[in-house]
Amino acid sequence: MEYILIIIGAVLVNNFVLVKFLGICPFLGVSKSTENSLGMGFAVIFVMSLASLITFIIYHAVLVPLDLIYLKTIVFILVIASLVQIVEMAIKKFSPSLYAALGVYLPLITTNCAVLGVALLNVDGGVALPIDNVLKAFINGAASGVGFTVAIVLLSAIRERLARADVPVCFRGFPITLVAASIMAMAFAAFSGMIS
Amino acid sequence: MNRILGNLKNGLVTQNPIFRLALGMCPTLAITTSVMNGLGMGLATTFVLVFSNLLISLMRKVIPDKIRIPAFIVVIATFVTIVEMVMNKFMFDLYEQLGVFIALITVNCIVFARAESYASANPVFDSAVDGFAVGLGFTVALCLMGLVRELLAFGTAFGFTVLGDWFPRISIFARPAGGFLTLGLLMAAFNAVYNKVEKALKARREAHAERQTVEAEAV
Repeated sequence: MEYILIIIGAVLVNNFVLVKFLGICPFLGVSKSTENSLGMGFAVIFVMSLASLITFIIYHAVLVPLDLIYLKTIVFILVIASLVQIVEMAIKKFSPSLYAALGVYLPLITTNCAVLGVALLNVDGGVALPIDNVLKAFINGAASGVGFTVAIVLLSAIRERLARADVPVCFRGFPITLVAASIMAMAFAAFSGMIS
Repeated sequence: MNRILGNLKNGLVTQNPIFRLALGMCPTLAITTSVMNGLGMGLATTFVLVFSNLLISLMRKVIPDKIRIPAFIVVIATFVTIVEMVMNKFMFDLYEQLGVFIALITVNCIVFARAESYASANPVFDSAVDGFAVGLGFTVALCLMGLVRELLAFGTAFGFTVLGDWFPRISIFARPAGGFLTLGLLMAAFNAVYNKVEKALKARREAHAERQTVEAEAV
């Protein structure tokens, strides 16, 4: 039951993009077409679940026993950067077709604050439900990635329609996208209180 | 002197990180529920920008091109950790308010973009000034966001009541949806003014050029 609550919490109630404001840069930058958004979304799910798993283990197996908790930001960002590199090389080697689909998005993920964000929130207890074992950290990472994907794919569908609309000049580009995102956030606010 | 002014103008207006480039959106939307939070976040980011630019510019000839990205990230993360520790010790309230977003300055694209596009190719002093200018542009934009949202949601500015009871509190501006909306509208306003000014300047330049050709023909 707890696991199901973590999933619903991360995908809908505390959506990473629309409620927690993490990963806004790719949310606004890569959401021009649905196809690209899906690619970015899957790359993020992949990296976020792996990063959650590895950083959680490193934090509890290395940083806590050695009393080096204050180094967590530096250690986590290095882990994420190298993880992204390794994943990129591995996909390139073993699955060229997957690389063709996700390749361009992978380098961008290092500076996606959603990835570092989920790693830090997992160990800081910033999640609604306590994350006290590796499996929960992994599930929370994957579900947060799914939440990101849901948000970015929905926004890209709106933007594809907006591209044909007659928007006032000063609203073109980011401003109108932000207004659309605002209306989406209002809709997602309705989920709050589902898990108390 | 002119160079410093150019850097400042760049950071505040032409390449304002938030309104023109739309970089560093996460803290902009997440923590600007009050002016104080915006100011705190802006100054923390400015500190990181100035010192990471300074150090990266100092080391720009030593860092091999291939591993520059991890090197930049470590430098930036180090300064972020310093900021985090100082805030934890001396400004605990603000530290609690900003939460995970202090650590996330590490992946703020503004800091990284300045390291990559400016500090890694320019002298030390210029890089520090550039970091300061861009940080200032970021801080001003954050404070503006904070001011609008705090006024509309709570009727206060810096915690002091400005709007009396006659003004209805619009609580949605303190929520995520209000953050997106405020930024969208402010950005549109910034664009409108910017385009007008650009147009006027262009017209003046053209008129000036025309006058010069007429004078040249007369001679």
